[in-house]
Amino acid sequence: MSKLVIDGVGRTFPGVHGGAPTLALTPVSLAVADNDFITILGPSGCGKSTLLRIVAGLDRPTEGRVLLDGAEVSGPGADRGMVFQSYTLFPWLTIEENVRFGLREKGLPVAEQASIARHWIRKVGLEGFERHYPKMLSGGMQQRTAIARALANAPKILLLDEPFGALDHQTRGLMQELLLAIWESEKTTVLFVTHDIEEAIFMASRVVVMSARPGRIKADVAVPIAHPRLYTVKTTPAFSSLKARLTEEIRAEALKVEGAALPGD
Amino acid sequence: MKPLVPVSRARKVALGIAFFVVFVAAWSVATLGGFVSKTFLADPLTMLVEGWELFAKHGFAYDVGITVWRVLGGFVLAALFGVPLGIAMGAFKPVEAFFEPFVSFARYLPASAFIPLLILWAGIGEAQKLLVIFIGVFFQIVLMVAVTVGSTRRDLVEAAYTLGAGPRGIVRRVLLPSASPQIAETLRLVLGWAWTYVIVAELIGASSGIGHMITDSQALLNTGQIIFGIIMIGLIGLVSDFAFKWANQRMYPWALH
Repeated sequence: MSKLVIDGVGRTFPGVHGGAPTLALTPVSLAVADNDFITILGPSGCGKSTLLRIVAGLDRPTEGRVLLDGAEVSGPGADRGMVFQSYTLFPWLTIEENVRFGLREKGLPVAEQASIARHWIRKVGLEGFERHYPKMLSGGMQQRTAIARALANAPKILLLDEPFGALDHQTRGLMQELLLAIWESEKTTVLFVTHDIEEAIFMASRVVVMSARPGRIKADVAVPIAHPRLYTVKTTPAFSSLKARLTEEIRAEALKVEGAALPGD
Repeated sequence: MKPLVPVSRARKVALGIAFFVVFVAAWSVATLGGFVSKTFLADPLTMLVEGWELFAKHGFAYDVGITVWRVLGGFVLAALFGVPLGIAMGAFKPVEAFFEPFVSFARYLPASAFIPLLILWAGIGEAQKLLVIFIGVFFQIVLMVAVTVGSTRRDLVEAAYTLGAGPRGIVRRVLLPSASPQIAETLRLVLGWAWTYVIVAELIGASSGIGHMITDSQALLNTGQIIFGIIMIGLIGLVSDFAFKWANQRMYPWALH
Protein backbone atom coordinates (compact mmCIF):
# COMPACT_ATOMS: atom_id res chain seq x y z
CA MET A 1 0.00 0.00 0.00
CA SER A 2 1.16 3.51 -0.71
CA LYS A 3 2.16 5.49 2.32
CA LEU A 4 2.30 8.76 0.51
CA VAL A 5 0.42 9.72 -2.64
CA ILE A 6 1.31 12.87 -4.53
CA ASP A 7 -1.66 13.38 -6.81
CA GLY A 8 -1.24 15.87 -9.64
CA VAL A 9 0.52 18.41 -7.45
CA GLY A 10 1.49 21.60 -9.27
CA ARG A 11 2.71 24.98 -8.07
CA THR A 12 2.57 28.34 -9.79
CA PHE A 13 4.09 31.37 -8.10
CA PRO A 14 2.26 34.63 -8.73
CA GLY A 15 4.04 37.16 -10.91
CA VAL A 16 6.06 39.88 -9.21
CA HIS A 17 5.03 43.49 -9.94
CA GLY A 18 2.40 42.45 -12.44
CA GLY A 19 4.77 40.15 -14.31
CA ALA A 20 3.80 36.75 -15.65
CA PRO A 21 3.31 34.02 -13.04
CA THR A 22 6.08 31.43 -12.75
CA LEU A 23 5.24 27.78 -13.19
CA ALA A 24 7.58 26.05 -10.73
CA LEU A 25 6.09 22.61 -10.85
CA THR A 26 3.95 21.09 -13.59
CA PRO A 27 1.47 18.64 -12.04
CA VAL A 28 3.45 15.74 -10.59
CA SER A 29 2.12 12.38 -9.45
CA LEU A 30 4.12 9.98 -7.36
CA ALA A 31 3.34 7.14 -4.96
CA VAL A 32 5.71 6.23 -2.16
CA ALA A 33 5.31 2.73 -0.69
CA ASP A 34 5.51 2.05 3.02
CA ASN A 35 9.13 1.65 4.23
CA ASP A 36 10.47 2.83 0.90
CA PHE A 37 13.49 5.11 0.44
CA ILE A 38 13.00 7.37 -2.54
CA THR A 39 15.34 10.08 -3.73
CA ILE A 40 14.20 12.92 -5.94
CA LEU A 41 17.08 13.91 -8.19
CA GLY A 42 17.11 17.08 -10.23
CA PRO A 43 19.12 20.12 -11.26
CA SER A 44 18.88 23.17 -9.03
CA GLY A 45 15.74 25.21 -9.53
CA CYS A 46 13.72 22.27 -10.86
CA GLY A 47 11.08 22.53 -8.16
CA LYS A 48 12.13 19.45 -6.22
CA SER A 49 12.38 21.41 -2.98
CA THR A 50 9.02 23.04 -3.70
CA LEU A 51 7.51 19.56 -4.06
CA LEU A 52 9.03 18.45 -0.76
CA ARG A 53 7.83 21.61 1.01
CA ILE A 54 4.32 20.93 -0.29
CA VAL A 55 4.49 17.39 1.13
CA ALA A 56 5.68 18.88 4.44
CA GLY A 57 2.75 21.30 4.39
CA LEU A 58 5.04 24.35 4.44
CA ASP A 59 3.87 25.39 0.98
CA ARG A 60 0.45 25.00 -0.64
CA PRO A 61 -0.02 23.43 -4.07
CA THR A 62 -1.96 25.49 -6.61
CA GLU A 63 -3.43 22.25 -7.92
CA GLY A 64 -3.59 18.61 -6.87
CA ARG A 65 -3.27 17.16 -3.40
CA VAL A 66 -1.01 15.14 -1.15
CA LEU A 67 -2.34 12.14 0.76
CA LEU A 68 -0.57 10.57 3.72
CA ASP A 69 -2.14 7.27 4.78
CA GLY A 70 -5.18 8.33 2.79
CA ALA A 71 -5.65 11.65 4.61
CA GLU A 72 -5.12 14.91 2.75
CA VAL A 73 -2.24 17.09 3.92
CA SER A 74 -3.40 20.60 4.77
CA GLY A 75 -0.51 21.99 6.78
CA PRO A 76 2.70 21.06 8.56
CA GLY A 77 2.50 18.40 11.24
CA ALA A 78 4.52 16.05 13.40
CA ASP A 79 3.62 13.08 11.21
CA ARG A 80 6.01 14.36 8.55
CA GLY A 81 9.49 14.94 9.96
CA MET A 82 11.74 17.24 7.99
CA VAL A 83 15.47 17.86 7.80
CA PHE A 84 16.44 21.10 6.05
CA GLN A 85 19.53 22.02 4.09
CA SER A 86 20.24 24.97 6.39
CA TYR A 87 21.16 24.27 9.99
CA THR A 88 17.85 24.58 11.81
CA LEU A 89 18.70 23.39 15.31
CA PHE A 90 17.37 25.82 17.89
CA PRO A 91 20.52 27.62 19.02
CA TRP A 92 19.17 28.29 22.53
CA LEU A 93 18.58 24.60 23.22
CA THR A 94 21.18 21.93 23.92
CA ILE A 95 21.47 18.93 21.63
CA GLU A 96 19.33 16.87 24.00
CA GLU A 97 16.68 19.61 24.31
CA ASN A 98 16.60 19.96 20.53
CA VAL A 99 15.90 16.25 20.12
CA ARG A 100 13.15 16.51 22.75
CA PHE A 101 11.48 19.53 21.13
CA GLY A 102 8.71 17.65 19.38
CA LEU A 103 8.19 15.23 22.27
CA ARG A 104 7.68 18.14 24.64
CA GLU A 105 5.25 19.67 22.20
CA LYS A 106 3.30 16.40 22.27
CA GLY A 107 3.23 16.59 26.05
CA LEU A 108 4.99 13.29 26.73
CA PRO A 109 6.14 12.66 30.33
CA VAL A 110 9.65 13.99 30.91
CA ALA A 111 11.09 10.55 31.67
CA GLU A 112 9.78 9.23 28.37
CA GLN A 113 11.13 12.25 26.50
CA ALA A 114 14.54 11.62 28.03
CA SER A 115 14.62 7.94 27.14
CA ILE A 116 13.53 8.54 23.54
CA ALA A 117 16.07 11.34 23.18
CA ARG A 118 18.81 9.11 24.61
CA HIS A 119 17.92 6.39 22.09
CA TRP A 120 18.15 8.71 19.08
CA ILE A 121 21.23 10.55 20.24
CA ARG A 122 22.96 7.19 20.52
CA LYS A 123 21.63 6.17 17.14
CA VAL A 124 23.28 9.15 15.43
CA GLY A 125 26.46 8.73 17.48
CA LEU A 126 26.29 11.90 19.54
CA GLU A 127 26.57 10.50 23.06
CA GLY A 128 28.60 12.85 25.21
CA PHE A 129 27.33 15.91 23.33
CA GLU A 130 23.89 16.06 24.98
CA ARG A 131 24.64 19.24 26.89
CA HIS A 132 26.42 21.03 24.05
CA TYR A 133 24.85 23.94 22.22
CA PRO A 134 24.52 23.59 18.42
CA LYS A 135 27.14 26.26 17.65
CA MET A 136 29.75 24.11 19.43
CA LEU A 137 29.16 21.29 16.92
CA SER A 138 30.36 20.74 13.35
CA GLY A 139 27.93 20.97 10.46
CA GLY A 140 27.78 17.19 10.14
CA MET A 141 27.00 16.75 13.83
CA GLN A 142 24.28 19.42 13.62
CA GLN A 143 22.62 17.61 10.73
CA ARG A 144 22.85 14.33 12.64
CA THR A 145 21.06 16.01 15.52
CA ALA A 146 18.45 17.34 13.09
CA ILE A 147 17.85 13.78 11.86
CA ALA A 148 17.55 12.52 15.44
CA ARG A 149 15.19 15.40 16.26
CA ALA A 150 12.92 14.53 13.33
CA LEU A 151 12.97 10.76 13.98
CA ALA A 152 12.38 11.10 17.74
CA ASN A 153 8.88 12.27 16.82
CA ALA A 154 8.26 8.89 15.15
CA PRO A 155 6.97 10.50 11.93
CA LYS A 156 5.14 8.45 9.32
CA ILE A 157 7.56 9.73 6.71
CA LEU A 158 10.92 11.48 6.90
CA LEU A 159 11.50 14.31 4.41
CA LEU A 160 15.02 15.49 3.71
CA ASP A 161 15.80 18.56 1.61
CA GLU A 162 19.44 18.29 0.50
CA PRO A 163 20.42 17.79 4.14
CA PHE A 164 24.09 17.17 3.36
CA GLY A 165 24.42 19.83 0.65
CA ALA A 166 26.49 22.19 2.79
CA LEU A 167 28.91 19.51 4.00
CA ASP A 168 32.27 18.60 2.51
CA HIS A 169 32.52 15.51 0.32
CA GLN A 170 33.98 13.15 2.95
CA THR A 171 31.54 14.14 5.67
CA ARG A 172 28.69 13.81 3.20
CA GLY A 173 29.73 10.21 2.46
CA LEU A 174 29.73 9.34 6.16
CA MET A 175 26.32 10.99 6.65
CA GLN A 176 24.87 8.93 3.82
CA GLU A 177 26.13 5.74 5.43
CA LEU A 178 24.70 6.79 8.79
CA LEU A 179 21.28 7.65 7.38
CA LEU A 180 21.20 4.47 5.33
CA ALA A 181 22.12 2.34 8.36
CA ILE A 182 19.31 4.00 10.33
CA TRP A 183 16.87 3.32 7.52
CA GLU A 184 18.02 -0.30 7.21
CA SER A 185 17.29 -0.87 10.90
CA GLU A 186 14.18 1.32 11.33
CA LYS A 187 12.56 1.06 7.89
CA THR A 188 11.14 4.55 8.12
CA THR A 189 9.59 5.77 4.88
CA VAL A 190 11.96 8.37 3.42
CA LEU A 191 11.67 11.00 0.71
CA PHE A 192 15.07 12.54 0.05
CA VAL A 193 15.73 15.47 -2.29
CA THR A 194 19.20 15.92 -3.77
CA HIS A 195 21.09 17.08 -6.83
CA ASP A 196 23.96 14.66 -6.15
CA ILE A 197 23.69 11.61 -8.43
CA GLU A 198 25.89 9.32 -6.35
CA GLU A 199 23.98 10.24 -3.20
CA ALA A 200 20.67 9.58 -4.94
CA ILE A 201 21.68 6.08 -6.04
CA PHE A 202 23.55 5.02 -2.92
CA MET A 203 20.64 5.46 -0.53
CA ALA A 204 17.52 4.91 -2.58
CA SER A 205 15.52 1.96 -3.72
CA ARG A 206 14.05 4.28 -6.37
CA VAL A 207 15.46 7.42 -7.94
CA VAL A 208 12.90 9.85 -9.33
CA VAL A 209 14.52 12.20 -11.84
CA MET A 210 13.00 15.63 -12.31
CA SER A 211 13.34 17.84 -15.34
CA ALA A 212 14.53 21.43 -15.39
CA ARG A 213 12.01 24.17 -14.58
CA PRO A 214 9.12 23.83 -14.88
CA GLY A 215 9.69 20.63 -12.96
CA ARG A 216 8.08 17.36 -13.93
CA ILE A 217 9.04 13.73 -13.42
CA LYS A 218 11.29 12.63 -16.24
CA ALA A 219 12.32 9.15 -15.14
CA ASP A 220 11.67 6.74 -12.30
CA VAL A 221 14.61 4.39 -11.93
CA ALA A 222 14.74 1.39 -9.58
CA VAL A 223 18.05 0.74 -7.81
CA PRO A 224 18.48 -3.06 -7.71
CA ILE A 225 21.34 -3.11 -5.22
CA ALA A 226 20.90 -5.33 -2.17
CA HIS A 227 20.96 -4.08 1.42
CA PRO A 228 22.84 -3.62 3.62
CA ARG A 229 24.88 -1.38 1.35
CA LEU A 230 28.40 -0.41 2.29
CA TYR A 231 30.24 2.56 0.82
CA THR A 232 32.10 0.05 -1.36
CA VAL A 233 29.02 -0.44 -3.57
CA LYS A 234 29.80 2.95 -5.05
CA THR A 235 32.61 1.33 -7.07
CA THR A 236 30.67 -1.72 -8.32
CA PRO A 237 29.76 -2.06 -12.04
CA ALA A 238 26.01 -2.05 -11.26
CA PHE A 239 26.37 1.25 -9.43
CA SER A 240 28.56 2.74 -12.16
CA SER A 241 26.16 1.89 -14.97
CA LEU A 242 23.24 3.41 -13.03
CA LYS A 243 25.36 6.47 -12.39
CA ALA A 244 26.22 6.74 -16.08
CA ARG A 245 22.57 6.52 -17.04
CA LEU A 246 21.41 9.12 -14.49
CA THR A 247 24.32 11.38 -15.39
CA GLU A 248 23.00 11.50 -18.95
CA GLU A 249 19.47 12.24 -17.78
CA ILE A 250 20.58 15.05 -15.46
CA ARG A 251 23.08 16.48 -17.93
CA ALA A 252 20.34 16.88 -20.50
CA GLU A 253 18.32 18.83 -17.95
CA ALA A 254 21.21 20.93 -16.76
CA LEU A 255 21.97 21.79 -20.38
CA LYS A 256 18.46 23.15 -20.84
CA VAL A 257 19.14 25.62 -18.08
CA GLU A 258 22.76 26.46 -18.76
CA GLY A 259 23.01 25.43 -22.41
CA ALA A 260 22.75 28.90 -23.88
CA ALA A 261 25.82 29.88 -21.91
CA LEU A 262 27.96 26.93 -23.03
CA PRO A 263 30.10 27.65 -26.09
CA GLY A 264 30.33 25.03 -28.83
CA ASP A 265 28.27 22.34 -27.12
CA MET B 1 47.06 50.00 11.86
CA LYS B 2 45.26 47.57 9.59
CA PRO B 3 41.49 47.65 9.18
CA LEU B 4 39.45 45.25 11.38
CA VAL B 5 42.49 43.62 13.03
CA PRO B 6 41.53 42.95 16.68
CA VAL B 7 43.57 44.27 19.61
CA SER B 8 44.61 42.28 22.67
CA ARG B 9 42.52 42.61 25.83
CA ALA B 10 45.25 44.39 27.79
CA ARG B 11 45.83 46.91 25.03
CA LYS B 12 42.12 47.49 24.68
CA VAL B 13 41.78 48.34 28.37
CA ALA B 14 44.90 50.52 28.28
CA LEU B 15 43.67 52.45 25.25
CA GLY B 16 40.25 52.91 26.82
CA ILE B 17 41.76 54.35 29.99
CA ALA B 18 44.21 56.45 27.99
CA PHE B 19 41.44 58.56 26.53
CA PHE B 20 40.05 59.35 29.99
CA VAL B 21 43.58 60.47 30.96
CA VAL B 22 43.90 62.65 27.86
CA PHE B 23 40.46 64.12 28.51
CA VAL B 24 41.17 65.02 32.14
CA ALA B 25 44.62 66.33 31.21
CA ALA B 26 43.18 68.67 28.56
CA TRP B 27 40.55 69.81 31.03
CA SER B 28 43.22 70.46 33.69
CA VAL B 29 45.41 72.43 31.30
CA ALA B 30 42.46 74.55 30.19
CA THR B 31 41.25 75.34 33.70
CA LEU B 32 44.33 75.20 35.97
CA GLY B 33 46.42 76.88 33.27
CA GLY B 34 44.04 79.84 33.39
CA PHE B 35 42.84 79.59 29.81
CA VAL B 36 39.20 79.33 30.86
CA SER B 37 37.50 81.46 33.50
CA LYS B 38 36.49 79.68 36.71
CA THR B 39 32.99 81.10 36.34
CA PHE B 40 32.40 79.02 33.26
CA LEU B 41 34.30 75.84 33.98
CA ALA B 42 35.61 74.51 37.28
CA ASP B 43 38.90 72.65 37.33
CA PRO B 44 38.97 68.91 38.13
CA LEU B 45 40.20 69.39 41.69
CA THR B 46 37.50 71.92 42.57
CA MET B 47 34.99 69.61 41.02
CA LEU B 48 36.08 66.76 43.29
CA VAL B 49 36.01 68.97 46.38
CA GLU B 50 32.56 70.25 45.46
CA GLY B 51 31.41 66.71 44.89
CA TRP B 52 32.63 65.63 48.30
CA GLU B 53 30.83 68.57 49.87
CA LEU B 54 27.65 67.67 48.03
CA PHE B 55 27.65 64.25 49.66
CA ALA B 56 28.91 65.41 53.06
CA LYS B 57 26.86 68.58 53.55
CA HIS B 58 23.96 68.64 51.12
CA GLY B 59 22.68 65.07 51.32
CA PHE B 60 23.42 64.42 47.65
CA ALA B 61 23.16 60.65 48.20
CA TYR B 62 19.40 61.13 48.62
CA ASP B 63 19.21 62.99 45.27
CA VAL B 64 21.16 60.22 43.54
CA GLY B 65 18.91 57.60 45.11
CA ILE B 66 15.71 59.35 44.07
CA THR B 67 16.95 59.81 40.49
CA VAL B 68 17.96 56.15 40.21
CA TRP B 69 14.55 55.18 41.56
CA ARG B 70 12.77 57.34 38.97
CA VAL B 71 14.83 55.96 36.10
CA LEU B 72 14.23 52.38 37.14
CA GLY B 73 10.55 53.01 37.88
CA GLY B 74 9.81 54.62 34.51
CA PHE B 75 11.97 52.13 32.66
CA VAL B 76 10.46 49.05 34.31
CA LEU B 77 6.95 50.41 33.74
CA ALA B 78 7.66 51.03 30.05
CA ALA B 79 9.29 47.60 29.65
CA LEU B 80 6.41 45.87 31.45
CA PHE B 81 3.92 47.18 28.91
CA GLY B 82 6.20 47.72 25.91
CA VAL B 83 7.85 44.30 25.68
CA PRO B 84 4.60 42.26 25.57
CA LEU B 85 3.04 44.66 23.07
CA GLY B 86 6.17 44.52 20.92
CA ILE B 87 6.15 40.71 21.02
CA ALA B 88 2.47 40.61 20.02
CA MET B 89 3.17 43.01 17.15
CA GLY B 90 6.20 41.06 15.95
CA ALA B 91 4.40 37.73 16.09
CA PHE B 92 0.97 38.65 14.72
CA LYS B 93 0.79 40.77 11.61
CA PRO B 94 -2.78 42.09 12.15
CA VAL B 95 -1.74 43.37 15.60
CA GLU B 96 1.27 45.01 13.98
CA ALA B 97 -0.89 46.59 11.26
CA PHE B 98 -3.19 47.98 13.97
CA PHE B 99 -0.55 49.57 16.23
CA GLU B 100 2.49 50.15 14.06
CA PRO B 101 1.48 53.42 12.33
CA PHE B 102 0.46 55.05 15.62
CA VAL B 103 3.54 53.85 17.49
CA SER B 104 5.78 55.10 14.69
CA PHE B 105 4.10 58.49 14.97
CA ALA B 106 4.20 58.59 18.75
CA ARG B 107 7.87 57.66 18.74
CA TYR B 108 8.70 61.07 17.29
CA LEU B 109 6.75 63.02 19.89
CA PRO B 110 9.42 64.61 22.10
CA ALA B 111 8.95 63.44 25.68
CA SER B 112 10.37 66.70 27.04
CA ALA B 113 7.65 68.70 25.24
CA PHE B 114 5.08 66.78 27.25
CA ILE B 115 6.46 68.05 30.55
CA PRO B 116 4.21 71.15 30.82
CA LEU B 117 1.19 69.04 29.95
CA LEU B 118 2.19 66.31 32.36
CA ILE B 119 2.63 68.84 35.14
CA LEU B 120 -0.94 69.99 34.45
CA TRP B 121 -2.21 66.43 34.55
CA ALA B 122 -0.08 64.80 37.19
CA GLY B 123 1.36 67.71 39.16
CA ILE B 124 5.05 67.87 39.98
CA GLY B 125 5.15 64.64 41.97
CA GLU B 126 6.74 61.32 41.17
CA ALA B 127 3.98 60.29 38.78
CA GLN B 128 4.94 63.10 36.42
CA LYS B 129 8.62 62.10 36.44
CA LEU B 130 7.77 58.48 35.72
CA LEU B 131 5.41 59.50 32.91
CA VAL B 132 8.07 61.57 31.16
CA ILE B 133 10.39 58.57 31.12
CA PHE B 134 7.55 56.27 30.15
CA ILE B 135 6.61 58.41 27.14
CA GLY B 136 10.25 58.77 26.19
CA VAL B 137 11.06 55.06 26.06
CA PHE B 138 7.81 53.08 25.75
CA PHE B 139 7.30 53.55 22.01
CA GLN B 140 10.96 52.89 21.27
CA ILE B 141 10.80 49.61 23.19
CA VAL B 142 7.61 48.55 21.39
CA LEU B 143 9.03 49.15 17.91
CA MET B 144 12.45 47.64 18.53
CA VAL B 145 11.00 44.52 20.17
CA ALA B 146 8.47 44.13 17.33
CA VAL B 147 11.24 44.28 14.73
CA THR B 148 13.37 41.78 16.67
CA VAL B 149 10.55 39.26 17.06
CA GLY B 150 9.43 39.76 13.45
CA SER B 151 12.88 38.97 12.13
CA THR B 152 13.08 35.53 13.72
CA ARG B 153 14.70 33.06 11.32
CA ARG B 154 11.94 31.61 9.17
CA ASP B 155 13.64 28.24 8.83
CA LEU B 156 13.58 27.80 12.62
CA VAL B 157 9.86 28.56 12.63
CA GLU B 158 9.32 26.06 9.81
CA ALA B 159 11.38 23.42 11.60
CA ALA B 160 9.21 23.89 14.69
CA TYR B 161 6.05 23.50 12.59
CA THR B 162 7.31 20.20 11.17
CA LEU B 163 8.00 19.07 14.74
CA GLY B 164 4.34 19.54 15.57
CA ALA B 165 4.34 23.02 17.13
CA GLY B 166 1.15 25.07 16.86
CA PRO B 167 0.86 28.89 16.95
CA ARG B 168 1.21 28.91 20.73
CA GLY B 169 4.30 26.69 20.61
CA ILE B 170 5.83 28.84 17.87
CA VAL B 171 5.47 32.01 19.96
CA ARG B 172 6.55 30.51 23.27
CA ARG B 173 9.22 28.08 22.16
CA VAL B 174 10.68 29.73 19.05
CA LEU B 175 9.93 33.46 18.76
CA LEU B 176 10.47 34.28 22.45
CA PRO B 177 13.72 32.42 23.09
CA SER B 178 15.07 33.45 19.70
CA ALA B 179 14.36 37.15 20.37
CA SER B 180 15.31 37.26 24.06
CA PRO B 181 18.99 38.21 23.75
CA GLN B 182 18.19 41.03 21.34
CA ILE B 183 15.31 42.22 23.53
CA ALA B 184 17.68 42.34 26.51
CA GLU B 185 20.12 44.31 24.36
CA THR B 186 17.32 46.72 23.39
CA LEU B 187 16.46 47.27 27.05
CA ARG B 188 20.12 47.99 27.82
CA LEU B 189 20.16 50.65 25.11
CA VAL B 190 16.84 52.15 26.18
CA LEU B 191 17.89 52.37 29.82
CA GLY B 192 20.51 54.86 28.64
CA TRP B 193 17.82 57.02 27.06
CA ALA B 194 15.75 56.86 30.25
CA TRP B 195 18.64 58.65 31.98
CA THR B 196 18.47 61.63 29.64
CA TYR B 197 14.71 61.94 30.14
CA VAL B 198 14.89 61.81 33.94
CA ILE B 199 17.32 64.71 34.07
CA VAL B 200 15.13 66.76 31.75
CA ALA B 201 12.15 65.99 33.98
CA GLU B 202 14.12 67.02 37.05
CA LEU B 203 15.31 70.29 35.54
CA ILE B 204 11.70 71.47 35.49
CA GLY B 205 9.48 71.42 38.55
CA ALA B 206 11.43 69.09 40.80
CA SER B 207 12.56 69.45 44.39
CA SER B 208 15.00 66.57 44.47
CA GLY B 209 17.21 64.50 42.22
CA ILE B 210 20.44 65.01 40.33
CA GLY B 211 18.74 67.25 37.75
CA HIS B 212 17.32 69.46 40.50
CA MET B 213 20.77 69.79 42.08
CA ILE B 214 22.14 70.84 38.70
CA THR B 215 19.55 73.65 38.31
CA ASP B 216 20.26 74.81 41.87
CA SER B 217 23.99 74.90 41.18
CA GLN B 218 23.43 76.91 38.04
CA ALA B 219 21.75 79.63 40.10
CA LEU B 220 24.84 79.68 42.34
CA LEU B 221 27.24 79.59 39.35
CA ASN B 222 28.77 76.48 40.88
CA THR B 223 30.11 74.76 37.75
CA GLY B 224 32.05 72.27 39.87
CA GLN B 225 28.83 70.83 41.24
CA ILE B 226 27.17 70.80 37.83
CA ILE B 227 30.05 68.87 36.31
CA PHE B 228 30.16 66.52 39.29
CA GLY B 229 26.46 65.82 38.80
CA ILE B 230 26.93 65.12 35.10
CA ILE B 231 29.88 62.83 35.77
CA MET B 232 27.86 61.05 38.45
CA ILE B 233 25.17 60.26 35.86
CA GLY B 234 27.81 58.97 33.47
CA LEU B 235 29.30 56.72 36.15
CA ILE B 236 25.94 55.27 37.15
CA GLY B 237 25.19 54.70 33.47
CA LEU B 238 28.50 52.94 32.99
CA VAL B 239 27.90 50.67 35.98
CA SER B 240 24.35 49.78 34.93
CA ASP B 241 25.54 49.13 31.40
CA PHE B 242 28.22 46.72 32.60
CA ALA B 243 25.71 45.01 34.89
CA PHE B 244 23.27 44.60 32.01
CA LYS B 245 25.97 43.24 29.69
CA TRP B 246 27.16 40.81 32.33
CA ALA B 247 23.62 39.61 33.05
CA ASN B 248 22.89 39.17 29.33
CA GLN B 249 26.01 37.08 28.85
CA ARG B 250 25.11 34.91 31.82
CA MET B 251 21.50 34.49 30.71
CA TYR B 252 22.16 33.81 27.03
CA PRO B 253 25.42 31.87 26.77
CA TRP B 254 24.25 30.33 23.48
CA ALA B 255 24.03 33.75 21.82
CA LEU B 256 27.69 34.64 22.42
CA HIS B 257 29.76 35.20 19.33
